[in-house]
Amino acid sequence: MSELIAQLTEWRTALERVLPWWWPRALALALLAGGALMPFLVSEAGDFMNASVIALAYVVMALGLNIVVGFAGLLDLGYVAFYAFGAYCVGWFGSGFFFRAHVHVLVSKVASTLPGIHLNFLLILLSAVVITSVAGTIIGLPTLRLRGDYIAIVTLAFGEIIGVTAVNGQDIHLGGGMTLTAGNLGIPAVDPPYFPGIGLFSQLDLRPWYWLIYAVMVLVLVVNLRVRDSRLGRAWIALREDEVAAVSMGIPLVRTKLLAYAIGAAFGGMSGAFLGALYTSVNAGQFAFSFSIFVLAMIIVGGLGSIWGAVVGALALSYTNYYLIPDVLNEVPHKFGLNFNLTQLSFGIYGFLLVLVMVLRPQGLLPERRRRLELTEAVASSETMLEESG
Amino acid sequence: MEAHAPAAAPPPSPGDAGGLLRAENTTKEFGGLVAVNGVSLEVPRHAIVSLIGPNGAGKTTLFNMLTGLYKPTSGRIFFAGRDITRKRPDVITSLGLARTFQNIRLFGAMSALENVMIGRHSRMRAGLFGSIVRAPWVRREEREVRERAREQLAYVGVRESYFDQLARNLSYGDQRRVEIARALASDPTLLLLDEPTAGMNPRESDALTDFMRKLRDELSLTILLIEHDMRVVMGVSERITVVDHGNKIAEGSPAEVRSNERVIEAYLGRRA
Repeated sequence: MSELIAQLTEWRTALERVLPWWWPRALALALLAGGALMPFLVSEAGDFMNASVIALAYVVMALGLNIVVGFAGLLDLGYVAFYAFGAYCVGWFGSGFFFRAHVHVLVSKVASTLPGIHLNFLLILLSAVVITSVAGTIIGLPTLRLRGDYIAIVTLAFGEIIGVTAVNGQDIHLGGGMTLTAGNLGIPAVDPPYFPGIGLFSQLDLRPWYWLIYAVMVLVLVVNLRVRDSRLGRAWIALREDEVAAVSMGIPLVRTKLLAYAIGAAFGGMSGAFLGALYTSVNAGQFAFSFSIFVLAMIIVGGLGSIWGAVVGALALSYTNYYLIPDVLNEVPHKFGLNFNLTQLSFGIYGFLLVLVMVLRPQGLLPERRRRLELTEAVASSETMLEESG
Repeated sequence: MEAHAPAAAPPPSPGDAGGLLRAENTTKEFGGLVAVNGVSLEVPRHAIVSLIGPNGAGKTTLFNMLTGLYKPTSGRIFFAGRDITRKRPDVITSLGLARTFQNIRLFGAMSALENVMIGRHSRMRAGLFGSIVRAPWVRREEREVRERAREQLAYVGVRESYFDQLARNLSYGDQRRVEIARALASDPTLLLLDEPTAGMNPRESDALTDFMRKLRDELSLTILLIEHDMRVVMGVSERITVVDHGNKIAEGSPAEVRSNERVIEAYLGRRA
């Protein structure tokens, strides 16, 4: 095993010597262009297209959580809360749920005749960003004095509080017969996104959905890359490494940590709003703890703190969950004469995959540069120790 | 010291009267334990002052109060004429006070260069939106800070091939040097060094002693250091404060401190 890894590293360095310095940038651009053109190659409402749209939404989620957990080192187990806030933004501001209100801003002709609040989808995204970043700051405040596992517990509780509030929100009356949420019944008939010139998004053609979330993902990706290599990104990593030293070197603890929470939450909210619209209803049952773990698993599999790792981890786990298991391999057990579907085993498969990655590649699929340096150098030094003793 | 004191008796205002840094009757209690008990300290501008005392005397606790990591139980601290008693550490740093740590606290997973750039944080302006749009002035600032960090690393004597190495992979001596460069990056007027020669051999200690004088003269810094190596202390300090069991037991020039009965007693024990 170690010989194989050594061989691969050797090939890799040889390859890097041949390729010009800008090859990672060129590769990234080529991949991004390929991703944008992908919908032309598959059926416009097929299973693969559907899985791709969801996968991209999860990439946005993973990139958001990566800022909080990967960069700033704040173990957030309540990320589902921001999914919920984002989705409810669509429920509240893009459906007839608040039926006593009549607010219409830049929406389709059909929607503008309906009761309720109907905002253009971009405005909904904006409201999701505002609401979730405020929520992120609020959850951040009580964790400022805490470290490590204790942050995990507080954020976990926050996620649960939001989830339970969503379920019981149908009993929170806002007057006029309107409630805060529709609980497990769900807020039905959420407006699909509408843009003048493009028209209404339809479930029969998922390509506009794909390009919309693709654009959001590229935006979030650029923000991630730029912030990582900025004064703020450095400050996050310094806080993650040594909080006492970081504040002594002039980094404002409260501001810097809260910014991480707020930005991470805002990305989760954008993605949540998109998923709310895609699923056409906002159901409190969606906001379970397992969602937070699912997104966390993505960034760990990809490589904690690594932006491209978060992208790859999110794609790998969502395609496995939404395409590979239910659509491609689901019938495999039947072919062996076994009487069950693979979807029934999906959690078992996940667990196995996670263990496999953690054993074979503990630093993740595409580790952050720093972690790669750490791990490879640790290996190198242990090898020299062996040489010296042998 | 006398050279810096004003000729006329200064008014006892909480200002810049006596020195750059002044601690007045600072006390720190942890539960029932009194780590620092009413210690007063004055560091004149442009001086090198040592804080010495046996292990557990409360030196580092005093340092942590001066830099804002601990809030004093009572007492007040003035820096450059401003009351910094309950200010946050990052605010104190931005006022011009920088420190190193007894057990080196570099950001291990960051390169030497990045560590020094972190030291510059309080003097940088780039915010979230500037960084996202990469405004021209943000790029320029980033480039200048990087360039400055390189100069600073060279100034403290780190070899250029180590600039991009992770801090945790550097040798002990280089880590000490990077830590000083990181502290210098914030353009401090007062530098607090917590046992800078710990773990160094006599030759390295001598080099560091010379370097402290160079810092003071070239960057017009004031230096307050905690030190155990008496050769360094006696060689470099203009003024020494001795603490023991949280109390200040002596203060004065190296010669005065050396012959002080209570200091000898604290270090060697009571005469039989």
